[in-house]
Amino acid sequence: MKLWWKSGAPWIWLNAGAVAVSIIMVLGLIGLIAVRGLSHFYPTEIVEFQVGDPELGLGQMVMGEHVRAETIPVPVARDAGINVPPELGEDELVTRHLIKQGNRDVTGNDFAWYAELQMSEWLAPRDAMRLERREWGDFYGYAVRVLEDDEVVAEGEGLWDELQSRVERANTLFRELRQIERNDVGVISAEMEELRIRERALQRDPNVEPDQLQTQLDQIQERQGVLQEAFQALSAEIDILRSELHRDTLVATVVGGEEVQIRIGDIVRAVQPNNLSLTAKVVEYLQQFWAFVSGEPREANTAGGIFPAIFGTVTMVLLMSMIVSPFGVLAAIYLREYAKQGPLLKLIRISVYNLAGVPSIVYGVFGLGFFIYTLGGSIDQLFYSERLPSPTFGSPALIWASLTLALLTLPVVIVSTEEGLARIPSSVRQGSLALGATKSETLWKVVVPLATPAMMTGMILAIARAAGEVAPLMLVGVVKLAPTLPVDGTFPFVHLDRQIMHLGFHIYDVGFQSPNVEAARPLVYATALVLVILIIVLNLTAISIRNRLRERYRAATD
Amino acid sequence: MNDTSQRPLSGQGRSLLPSPEQRERLRRKRAFKDSFSRYGIGAAGIAVVLALGMIFVYLFSEVMPLFKSAQVTTQQTYSVPGVGGDEALEHLTIDRHDTLGASFTDTGRITFFDLDGGDLRASFEVPRPEGASRSAFATAFATTRAFAYGYDNGDISLGQVEYAITYPDNLRHIEPELEFPLGEEPLTLDEEGRAIQVLGLQVSDRGIYAAVELDDGTLMVTSFDVQENIMTGAVTVEQTTAELPGFDGSARQILIDNRFRHLYVSDDAGYIHHYDIGNLDDPQYRGAVQVTDSGYVSEMVLLNGTVSIIAGTSDGQVRQYFPVRDAQNQHDLTHIRDFARYEAPITHIAAEHARRGFLVGDEQGSLGIHHATAGADVFDARMTEGPLVRIAISPVNSMALFADENNQLQVAEVSNRHPGISFSSLWQRVWYEGSSQPRYVWQSTAGGDEYEPKMSLMPLTVGTLKAAFYAMLFATPLALMGAVYTAYFMSPRLRGKVKPTIEVMEALPTVILGFLAGLWLAPFVENHLPAVFSILILMPIAMLVFAYLWSRLPEGLRTAVPDGWEAVILMPLIVLVGWACVTASPHVEIMFFDGSMRQWLTNTGFNYDQRNALVVGIAMGFAVIPTIFSIAEDAVFNVPRHLTQGSLALGATRWQTVVGVVLPTASIGMFSAVMMGFGRAVGETMIVLMATGNSPIMNFNIFEGMRTLSANIAVELTETAVGSSHFRVLFLAALVLLGMTFVVNTLAEIIRQRLRKRYGNL
Repeated sequence: MKLWWKSGAPWIWLNAGAVAVSIIMVLGLIGLIAVRGLSHFYPTEIVEFQVGDPELGLGQMVMGEHVRAETIPVPVARDAGINVPPELGEDELVTRHLIKQGNRDVTGNDFAWYAELQMSEWLAPRDAMRLERREWGDFYGYAVRVLEDDEVVAEGEGLWDELQSRVERANTLFRELRQIERNDVGVISAEMEELRIRERALQRDPNVEPDQLQTQLDQIQERQGVLQEAFQALSAEIDILRSELHRDTLVATVVGGEEVQIRIGDIVRAVQPNNLSLTAKVVEYLQQFWAFVSGEPREANTAGGIFPAIFGTVTMVLLMSMIVSPFGVLAAIYLREYAKQGPLLKLIRISVYNLAGVPSIVYGVFGLGFFIYTLGGSIDQLFYSERLPSPTFGSPALIWASLTLALLTLPVVIVSTEEGLARIPSSVRQGSLALGATKSETLWKVVVPLATPAMMTGMILAIARAAGEVAPLMLVGVVKLAPTLPVDGTFPFVHLDRQIMHLGFHIYDVGFQSPNVEAARPLVYATALVLVILIIVLNLTAISIRNRLRERYRAATD
Repeated sequence: MNDTSQRPLSGQGRSLLPSPEQRERLRRKRAFKDSFSRYGIGAAGIAVVLALGMIFVYLFSEVMPLFKSAQVTTQQTYSVPGVGGDEALEHLTIDRHDTLGASFTDTGRITFFDLDGGDLRASFEVPRPEGASRSAFATAFATTRAFAYGYDNGDISLGQVEYAITYPDNLRHIEPELEFPLGEEPLTLDEEGRAIQVLGLQVSDRGIYAAVELDDGTLMVTSFDVQENIMTGAVTVEQTTAELPGFDGSARQILIDNRFRHLYVSDDAGYIHHYDIGNLDDPQYRGAVQVTDSGYVSEMVLLNGTVSIIAGTSDGQVRQYFPVRDAQNQHDLTHIRDFARYEAPITHIAAEHARRGFLVGDEQGSLGIHHATAGADVFDARMTEGPLVRIAISPVNSMALFADENNQLQVAEVSNRHPGISFSSLWQRVWYEGSSQPRYVWQSTAGGDEYEPKMSLMPLTVGTLKAAFYAMLFATPLALMGAVYTAYFMSPRLRGKVKPTIEVMEALPTVILGFLAGLWLAPFVENHLPAVFSILILMPIAMLVFAYLWSRLPEGLRTAVPDGWEAVILMPLIVLVGWACVTASPHVEIMFFDGSMRQWLTNTGFNYDQRNALVVGIAMGFAVIPTIFSIAEDAVFNVPRHLTQGSLALGATRWQTVVGVVLPTASIGMFSAVMMGFGRAVGETMIVLMATGNSPIMNFNIFEGMRTLSANIAVELTETAVGSSHFRVLFLAALVLLGMTFVVNTLAEIIRQRLRKRYGNL
């Protein structure tokens, strides 16, 4: 034993343990996110049981999905307000279950803890259903009948199929309605706003002749009239669609037996999870996942999908890479190939490298102060003065977010490109020069093509960093809920002055600023999963490109 | 090149060479391209470097105004309008838009004039009782624009200046008016008709108070309660008067705070007497403080908020006092701080309207501008030949009026944007109003103009270091030990898997770590506190026990696992120990901590926040591990092989080689790795934002949270007014962060480059 200790073997094992702990932490973390994020879409069984005071006998019926269980000592349970029978000692443990019981409009809170010692057996009624609604969260209960304009159209047998087809119809109508409200009405109101601003600018302009002013104002008014008419036509159409949407009603009972009326127009999705076969469950799972990735958020981001966040992240990152790649690559080429090597350059290089380690929030502060207030403010003064005091570019926006992140990732691209350039054997360069090529020809036809993979690596790393960065974005352009996407069908199609939603910020906002943390929790995990997958894929690509590259040059130089 | 086809044929057959002109042209084209590329790339490269450098320059330029001293430039001089040869100037004011000035004479005339040129705009006489003459004058705090004259028959009249603003033809027009909140008729304070010698006044939304010293030395305080009949609009004034206990000597000045709790009287022997008038039925004498022993308090004013008194003495001292609550919950007037001393008696002090700054004039005509919270003397210059008699500062602190004894008025522009920020207010203990001792506090905003901003960067810096410290405590051993093992002992195949995993760990967005820390880890730790600590202790022990047992295993079994796979063998053990600790946790809590370790900690005197430094340490440690790991691993891996092989050949064991050869060679590299990790921990924003309660506290308790510089910026920067002191202090915080990380990283980088050179020589 003493010998073993002296040989230092225990230390080796401890060091090995440190690696193992780190690896387990990484895998555990990714596993945790994956399990929590992926399980959110699985149609969980709906359970029904009775709870009640042990003394009073069983009472209240509970129905919902089991979220998680927890084992806690009795004092903790008492502190948490659980009614623990007095005969249980301080040193015992109780188990409690978190049940998602939905029906926020009926019961007030959709999540509740129930202690196991007060529960009856759990049942899983086959016809229990879950309704995903546009408001008030999920609904749990039993379908009773479907009404069309207060007439019963389905009851008992065939009720479920009828309900499904009517939900389908309502969803189609809802999408149409959305389309009109978003696009057609949006176009009109955008033009109205434009006219209003022009009118104001004209009235303020001292250089316009009075009669000219009048004709122009008349033109504006005429156009406003036309738009007004178009708007009225649209709102009539919207009214019709809306009354169509609210034609059908579902009557359902909640777990206590109380009857509730739910407009089918408010239902996004109706499922009877206990009645699904395994294949149906898989299909349901995939549909839910797709709805999450492609849908829009609802109810203060605590339900629905994350499409605007994905879209915003991707747009912002693309714009950023368009800015950062040419400048990063050119700067790296300059530093490596053209700049006079010396102590000054060494200093500059170290500084540039170190900017990669500067806290991202500092870039955010710079972006807010310089880009938004200084640059954006001046742009507004020069080009959008008629809209002031409401800012156009003088407030957080897509372009500023991209620029800030471009600045933030510039060192990453420079470092990676320079490394690639440095790796190219000087024999290749000298060979090109010896054949009479000029420096620029050597550079562009020999060196740069060889260094492309390194540049790609730098770009991918930059994109991965930008996609995960949140702190600076909180200052320069990200919002919790953007009414419009930054790219759409109205001129100029890419709206650089709009604010965007962002996956990382979505996680922060939904997880920490949300009024209903329990309901938001699975969504946060799912969002985190999407972000983690995106970033891991990007990073692994970069790593594999780099490794292949190293192999190649090792072979070339040997 | 395929332009051979276009080449003209020469007489002697086809030459493959281009003609000299063409070659010349081609050469010129190539030379042009070459220089174009050279200058283009040069320009772009320099532009990028400049853009990055601009971050520093810009942050500096936003911060610099904080430390600029004030400037006062006299623009016009004319004699005070509305003051006759035999009249004395009592008071001067400026309106909110810096267009109108007003002079108050001892004869009761108030004259409004254009600041630009001094043209008369309006003049009012304050009505006075028949046969009485004015004997005293007082103003309430400047923002109320209220003033009062006292008469020798015991009456006072109270007035208020109003500015009516209209916009005829889109131009601002300000019309000064005089109003009488208690009615135009003078009010009788002393029924016996004694003359008022000294008058004090305060007006706020809680009421109106006046205090007087009569010619027989009696001190009296009166509150006026104004009742307006809603139906008739008639105003009735109810007066409550209390006589205050006297003191030896006679009063010079009386001040009342706007909550009507404290009354201060300066006497002619250098004392300020303090009365508690919270209950007018029973006013209390609270004692006196001696301001100077060689003179008297020649002038005193209340600062914004009417808590602090600035007292100027006849021997040139300027001192600040405010009531401080003692252990018995009683307020005692306490000396707080002194300002730069003047050479001559102080003649006048004017308090700024919305800040805790003030202007001081003395008998030699010196002007000083100071700020109370910052303890700063921001301006000092000689303004007039003779005594500086009256000073007025505009409500927006951009203009000032100075009157000398000959009634010559100077209209001056004042530039004094951030007097409240000084080195001492940012980095040293400051005695804030309402607190019992000097403290470090960050509390930048609260409702109301009267709030005293508390902007000490100390709690934030300490919070930043606290978070970084716990993160490093968690990360450094794991990362360094892991790096040594991976670089030196691990089998190459495994290393090829481990390194990318760690790199992925580095790339994980911190918002994800933060959210897991806040939403998952924090509640988990709270409910499984014993597990956390038992894992910390048991894990290494379990590893060692396992290792020993492993060495006792039969040879055949041991060699089945290849060398350098120890980490993999340990993984099941680690999972097992972790699981066991978590499962045992509730039982441990019941056995040793009365069922709840958290409760037990609270009872033992440790505050416990759910989102605390322990959680931050683990989460941020997770973020820092890969940074340290990669650099340290590089340093160890690049130790030249012949060194280690030499050591092994001499008979050292593998571990002895590590301790004796590898670590000494790589130690500088590992140190630089730790520094890089520290740099990252200092600047991390999202994790601390989400995993702490963000309360700016100053301690190193592992069970409490903190507020870091970075999180503070993220929370407050978007909510503050552009260009305000708060805005610039946040920029300063960013600059501090930038400086801290930049210095740390640069040192680490230089060390690394040195190291590379050294390896090259070995």
